[in-house]
Amino acid sequence: MATQQKLTMANFRSTANIDWCPGCGDFGILSAIQMALVDLQIEPHRVVIFSGIGCSGKLPHFINTYGIHTLHGRPLPFAIGAKLANPELTVIAVSGDGDGLGIGAGHFVNSGRRNVDITYIIHDNGVYGLTKGQASPTLRRGMRTKSLPKPNINEPVNPIALAIIAGYTFVARGYAFDTKHLKELIKKGIEHKGAAFIDVLQPCPTYNDIMTKEWYAGEDLIDSATGKPRPRIYKLEESGYDGEVKSEEEEEVISKINMAIAKSYEFGDRIPIGIFYRNPFTPTYEERITSNSPTYPQLPPAKQPIRSKSMEPITIIDDLIDEFRVK
Amino acid sequence: MALIRNRKFLFSWMIGGAQGTGVDSSANVYAYAAASAGYYVYGKREYYSNIKGRHSYFSVVASDAPVNSIIDDVHLLASFDAETVFRHASEVVHGGGIIYDKDLVGERLKNIPTIETRLANEIRGELEKNGLGDTLMDVLKLAESRGVRLFPIPYIDLLKKVGEIIGQSQLSALMRMVNTMAVAASFAILNADLTHLYKGLSYSFRAKKKIVDMNIKACEVVYDYVKSNFSNDFPYSLPNLTGREEVMLISGTSIVGIAKLYAGCRFQTYYPITPAADECVYLEDKMTFNIDASSDLEYPSIAETKTIMDKGNIVVIQTEDEIAAINMAIGAALTGVRASTSTSGPGFSLMAEGLGWAGMNEVPVVVTHYQRGAPSTGLPTRHEQGDLLFSVFTGHGEFPRIVIASGDMIEAFYDTIKAFNYAEKYQVPVIHLLDKAIANSTQTLKLSDIKETIIERGELVGDSLSDEPYRRFKITETGISPRAPLGSRNHIYWNTGDEHDEYGHIDEDPVNRTRMMEKRMGKLRIIEEEVPDKDRVAIHGEESSENWILSWGSTKGAILDALEFLGNGYEFGFMQVKMLHPFPGKIVYNILKNAKRIIDIEQNYSGQAGRLLTMNTGIRPTNYILKYNGRPFSSTEIRDALIEVMKRDTKRIVMNRGG
Repeated sequence: MATQQKLTMANFRSTANIDWCPGCGDFGILSAIQMALVDLQIEPHRVVIFSGIGCSGKLPHFINTYGIHTLHGRPLPFAIGAKLANPELTVIAVSGDGDGLGIGAGHFVNSGRRNVDITYIIHDNGVYGLTKGQASPTLRRGMRTKSLPKPNINEPVNPIALAIIAGYTFVARGYAFDTKHLKELIKKGIEHKGAAFIDVLQPCPTYNDIMTKEWYAGEDLIDSATGKPRPRIYKLEESGYDGEVKSEEEEEVISKINMAIAKSYEFGDRIPIGIFYRNPFTPTYEERITSNSPTYPQLPPAKQPIRSKSMEPITIIDDLIDEFRVK
Repeated sequence: MALIRNRKFLFSWMIGGAQGTGVDSSANVYAYAAASAGYYVYGKREYYSNIKGRHSYFSVVASDAPVNSIIDDVHLLASFDAETVFRHASEVVHGGGIIYDKDLVGERLKNIPTIETRLANEIRGELEKNGLGDTLMDVLKLAESRGVRLFPIPYIDLLKKVGEIIGQSQLSALMRMVNTMAVAASFAILNADLTHLYKGLSYSFRAKKKIVDMNIKACEVVYDYVKSNFSNDFPYSLPNLTGREEVMLISGTSIVGIAKLYAGCRFQTYYPITPAADECVYLEDKMTFNIDASSDLEYPSIAETKTIMDKGNIVVIQTEDEIAAINMAIGAALTGVRASTSTSGPGFSLMAEGLGWAGMNEVPVVVTHYQRGAPSTGLPTRHEQGDLLFSVFTGHGEFPRIVIASGDMIEAFYDTIKAFNYAEKYQVPVIHLLDKAIANSTQTLKLSDIKETIIERGELVGDSLSDEPYRRFKITETGISPRAPLGSRNHIYWNTGDEHDEYGHIDEDPVNRTRMMEKRMGKLRIIEEEVPDKDRVAIHGEESSENWILSWGSTKGAILDALEFLGNGYEFGFMQVKMLHPFPGKIVYNILKNAKRIIDIEQNYSGQAGRLLTMNTGIRPTNYILKYNGRPFSSTEIRDALIEVMKRDTKRIVMNRGG
């Protein structure tokens, strides 16, 4: 629109009351998404944010874009349905770690295989907050967060490695309290043509008393030389790491995949954030549909007329029926 | 619907064989050929949940008048393996015939592992009772003693002869035509015109001309053999018939696929499941189709540029499971697209939660549910109507939905379109109940039965120029709020499975909760008021009768045919409930309140529609004719059961026929 005023944060704030716990990492993720949309100047009505169930599930209500709060573990199928029906929409899906990697793990893997042009953000805090702190699929074995009667006996999934082998073509990790860095990741994820996955580490101030804000800040790791805490979080791009696939060659792709997976296991005193892997060469699902249906880009489902103004169907079925006509 | 009273001819043919040996395609060739010769046909397919080796068979009834079901009698059994004869010889009537492989007469029953022990014992018992052994020849002798004609065909010798003609010496390559030869032998015995068979081959093998030509040669060879080796006096024949209307020969899954395209469905999801997958595969094959670009097209509001089009496309997604299938369809429907998913019982069970979300968020989504034998995996390739109550009550809590059921393929065509119309007008999920019998049967349908129809989209609104915040769930008198597709300007809204306010934000306020429940559930009343009676209940037979049949879905065909066969001595009214939810209680009550007898005919154990009847009207069926052995009712069975009800007032009759 010619007279469109520059969009600001105010344009992306809804009137709904935010009821997350004080100090929750969700606030950082919410701001980062809003800031990314402001930076990209995408009109609110062109954006749809899908979510699952849990604290993260409420996020769309707090943003002034279309917001679809779906079922536990299911934001991806909903989001993919909407995106493929109307590829012009900017589609973002958010989940908790339980939502996306537990109950929704099947969708997580299969969505990677499709490489639909959406951005998927997982709020990764190691616990199921809204049901009072049970272990989530990313909590490490042996850890006993505050409300666990016994230490966790499950191995954690590695969201980064899983995303890469599932076929996501943009795989990154952010930290909820580095909002500026996270905003940049989300922007890059939205701009990436294909399925972008961003694992966002976030403290749960109420139920995860191990991986706290202070823990991420390394307050337990005092540098003997400086006497100061040594932050666990560091940025891949500042370490010389480059996960960008440079050519379609299989050798290049596999070497980047291997490098990214190896990197994804670094989790302890040093935790990398940033882009682990990006492959701009894999065709998107929309492109794959187009190879079967050439009219799809101009006439995706949501833009097709299906009836005349006098309500008659406009699909010609005579030729379809003729295939069965007895001659 | 008036019953047919002047039918002159009804001929029942059956072919059987091991799965993977072309039983299906040969039955299609036969059905097409009979239709091409001027007959109406109805064909029923029975098969195991197996790829290769288990027994499958196809019954095809041909008649001079439209036919809607199979009958128990077999007039001519065509076979090329021993198992088919062991299983079905007893169904062949006096004066009928059996075509079989001459070289297999020494085959013994005990050497056929794919015949279930129960059935093998039954066959053996019958043979022993007649002082016979357990070879195929013994079975044939028994049939012959009942007045059945035998037609031994030396398939291998004839195939070798065909091989010489076409220059193919490899017997294994030729064996693939043995099924066609069984059909050609049938045509020879029936004195039918081979040119129709050739058309059937072209129809069945589509573009593969080389295969068609080979098969034609095989047909000629076997035809000549039959003509020169058997007397030409079989009591049944298929002479060319004139005067029938133009028809198509089609299966239920294909007609529903066509209807979806016609209805404007542009997004279909599925997870592979029998018998629903055929419909989806059909749609995948027809991903682009023609559009009448000359009509005055109504573009969706979000189409900012109106692309001129003469081709449309449908996106068909094979999902990772049925949970994704329903939810992806809902996601698409939110953009204003007509979206659906097709499934069967196990898949539908997985869709329960998604269906509730669609109900809560008033999303128009259509679930085409092809019922099959259940519970659990049940009888994956067999027939049942066991999911009626589940469809009416699927999901936790209370939300409005519509459940409709089609009685036959033509109804399935229109109901598919109505399903989308209802979904959009009332903003509810619609469950369209079909079943294996409709899915996998083939039938001739009059082209004149495909008439113009309309697409109703309800209150679908476009971009708004108003700055007033949009209330997606605005409380209105009807409970229906104007619906905007995702992406509409100035129409931003929220959806949530939580109870919500008019904007779609989570709201647990008790007063709001009550209002929202009443808004949603109140739509059921509007549906009852607006949907015409004829789309909710169909009345057949004698309306003045005090004896009524209550049924729903695909039993319709067998019931109508049975009423015809019963003739004038028996008069019944037949109430076919088409909309099962909201149940047309008032209409049904007014008709059935004075009935002396209400006979509930269904293919399930509990008489599920009877339970809905009682729940909604207080009226109870007086008698039940039920069947849950996985095979659809034949009209013969329903005729026999109705006679028993009328003569002896038997309260519950459970039928068990069909192989």
